[in-house]
Amino acid sequence: MLSRVADSLYWMSRNVERAENIARIVEVNQQLMLDVPSQQAVDLQRNWLPVIACLGEEPEIDGRPIKPDAGSVTEFLVFERGNPNSIVSCLCAARENARTVREQISAEMWEQINRTYLWCLGKSARQSFDRNQYEFFQRLKKSLQLFQGITETTMIHEDGWDFIQLGKYLERADKTSRLLDDEYHLLRRDKATANDHILQWLAVLRSCSARQTYQKIYATTVQPVKVAELLILHESFPRSVKFCAMHLDEALRRISGVPPGRFSNHAEKLSGRLVAELSFSSIDDLHNRGLHQAVDDLQVKFNAIGSAIFATYIYQAITPAAIIPEVQQVPQE
Amino acid sequence: MPATAAKKNAAARKRRSPFGDYQPGGFFDEMFDRNRVVRPHYRKLLERMERLSPDALDQRRQMADTTFLNQGITFTVYSDSQGTERIFPFDLVPRIIPASEWEHIEAGLVQRITALNLFLHDLYHHQRILHDNVIPRAYIDGAKHFRREFIGFNVPRNIYIHICGTDLVRDDSGQYLVLEDNGRCPSGVSYVLENRQTLKRVFPSLFEAYGVRPVEGYPEDLLNLLRYIAPHGKPNPTVAVLTPGIFNSAYFEHSFLARQMGIEIVEGRDLIVENSHVYMRTTKGLQSVDVLYRRIDDDFLDPRVFREDSALGVPGIVEAYRAGNISLANSIGTGVADDKVMYYFVPRMIKYYLDQDPILPNVPTWLANEPDDLKYILDHLPELVVKAANESGGYGMLIGPHAAKSEIEKFRRLVKSDPRNYIAQPTLKLSRHPCFLDGRFEGRHVDLRPYILYGEKVTIIPGGLTRVALKKGSLVVNSSQGGGSKDTWVLEGND
Repeated sequence: MLSRVADSLYWMSRNVERAENIARIVEVNQQLMLDVPSQQAVDLQRNWLPVIACLGEEPEIDGRPIKPDAGSVTEFLVFERGNPNSIVSCLCAARENARTVREQISAEMWEQINRTYLWCLGKSARQSFDRNQYEFFQRLKKSLQLFQGITETTMIHEDGWDFIQLGKYLERADKTSRLLDDEYHLLRRDKATANDHILQWLAVLRSCSARQTYQKIYATTVQPVKVAELLILHESFPRSVKFCAMHLDEALRRISGVPPGRFSNHAEKLSGRLVAELSFSSIDDLHNRGLHQAVDDLQVKFNAIGSAIFATYIYQAITPAAIIPEVQQVPQE
Repeated sequence: MPATAAKKNAAARKRRSPFGDYQPGGFFDEMFDRNRVVRPHYRKLLERMERLSPDALDQRRQMADTTFLNQGITFTVYSDSQGTERIFPFDLVPRIIPASEWEHIEAGLVQRITALNLFLHDLYHHQRILHDNVIPRAYIDGAKHFRREFIGFNVPRNIYIHICGTDLVRDDSGQYLVLEDNGRCPSGVSYVLENRQTLKRVFPSLFEAYGVRPVEGYPEDLLNLLRYIAPHGKPNPTVAVLTPGIFNSAYFEHSFLARQMGIEIVEGRDLIVENSHVYMRTTKGLQSVDVLYRRIDDDFLDPRVFREDSALGVPGIVEAYRAGNISLANSIGTGVADDKVMYYFVPRMIKYYLDQDPILPNVPTWLANEPDDLKYILDHLPELVVKAANESGGYGMLIGPHAAKSEIEKFRRLVKSDPRNYIAQPTLKLSRHPCFLDGRFEGRHVDLRPYILYGEKVTIIPGGLTRVALKKGSLVVNSSQGGGSKDTWVLEGND
């Protein structure tokens, strides 16, 4: 597969996953605001600016800080083209990526991403957003989930699909760990009441679509350590860090054909180590190290895997050894 | 039913029919004859269309537009700073060509492409046609796209133009004429295939009423052709489409064709040349490439040989081409045949190489470089169409009868200062075809671009792209100038 194509598939996937994550996070925070007693500006600032931080953004447009109220922040995260990581910007990028690889993806995938893009940039999305944000986010999430479902069921599961998995799981691991990281930040300097904390942690769970799962597994009140255990170490929950790391590692091994326990490039070495580390850690280990530090370390590791994938597959150095030998034709009798 | 009631009904139907007051209006109309009697091969179509109300037709039109938009069947408009993509307007009414008419067109096109390839081979080898003074040498010396450096170079299978998109028009007597040959990178074939898909979705029952020859075999024919020209007859060559990239107005088509053929689409930056071999950068390493269907003009192909400022090309690819390690379709140097001055000489080429008379005549043409012709051109500018010899896409063109005085004077100066690069033709009364516009049918001028593949044999897509000048009275059908398109049907029979 062409390196440029692999790169586009990877970014298409990352951008779709990112848009969906932003939608979920913004929506959940909005719901949260309804639950928190209205304490005006200070609280608004407390709840909205970290959302931006968690999405890895500087809260400013053209160097000017944005107002920390709900309206300005959601606008910034959803529609602002000047914010490269707004939902609209992610959709534009994903659709542009898809457009460059249309011959690699299924026709249904292209139609779905194109339709979502046309909708989100058009008048009717704006109207829906102004009328009822809940409906807007529902529709947006469904459209993006539909895209992932279509990808799963209509695209051939070969290299291209694996690069899509890489993008998806790296992005997802990044968002889950950032959400946790952000909460720990907040907890440390926060003087909020215990009740507020529970609401915050509930919001984290809901941002990861993990509310029901949590209840099912633990059947207890929301406790930060258990939330962390679910979101970091659970191996079957699809938004947990470990789940992402395992699937990332599998995709890398499908691409190279190298079995687990060995590696043929730097990306595999790093991902293999990460999976091993997560497999042989308990939440107490992480807690003893300091959860905040542990989550920070995870982020650094995922970033390193991303860079290694780029160096291995996308922009490898050109050497004579890189030339693939041609298969000689066996002369027919 | 009493006779008067039946009459009344018929009258009411006629009033409601969106064709009610349609008039051919002094032009050759594809659907109706001079007396507004429907031509036999359009009869069934008319019957169906008359049964639909304008609202129902409008619904189908919207359905077609939505299909195009959702599938991203769009082109980019350069003048638009947003780089917006637009759908290529599609008209619901198909153009229908009966079998006997198509046979004539096909024979004419085969003859023409054969002569053009013989001409290019001659021009890049012994130049007999120049020695015999059939074409004055001065015209070749002054030809912008003649690649001197390839004289004596042998292209695979001696084919220069592999893919040709010849533009045909019909005059007011209905005679088919060749307007120009596009022997470099003709575009539009993806619309032929997509228009057919769309019309099948919108009017499924119409197809049942007619025997329409399918167009879907084109990508396979193209792939076979590309494999046929592989270097040294290599049996399983790696073939790819080379595109200037996503910002090119025809990117959709490049990607569409690659998808249909199941081959890679590459940009210049995906390719590198090592030891005169071309490779593409893949996730597994560098994979060798044998044949490129390149949708990049000669000028931008290799910054080391042609335009240095080209960021689209592949440094060293010409060297690999010369070494015979990569085949290109079309070959380098075909642009000389697209020169509108060379067009003038095509009937002579047919006579010279094939000893035949042209089956499809040229539009009468004057060469500004010939003193008598020049005088005629300058005396008759307000009636003529003047074209720059090496422009395309409807640019660099004067349509005398539609032009302002200042525009005519501008072309007078241009023609005088550079007569080699201008030709003139009479303003043709191009044929018209009914189009569904604003709830009713109106006649609009059309042309026809069949796509010709010259490989082991010559194959022509049945029909081609019918382009429509959607602006009232306009003669310019180019998509960049407000043109649209129609599905084009070649019938198995004659009605």
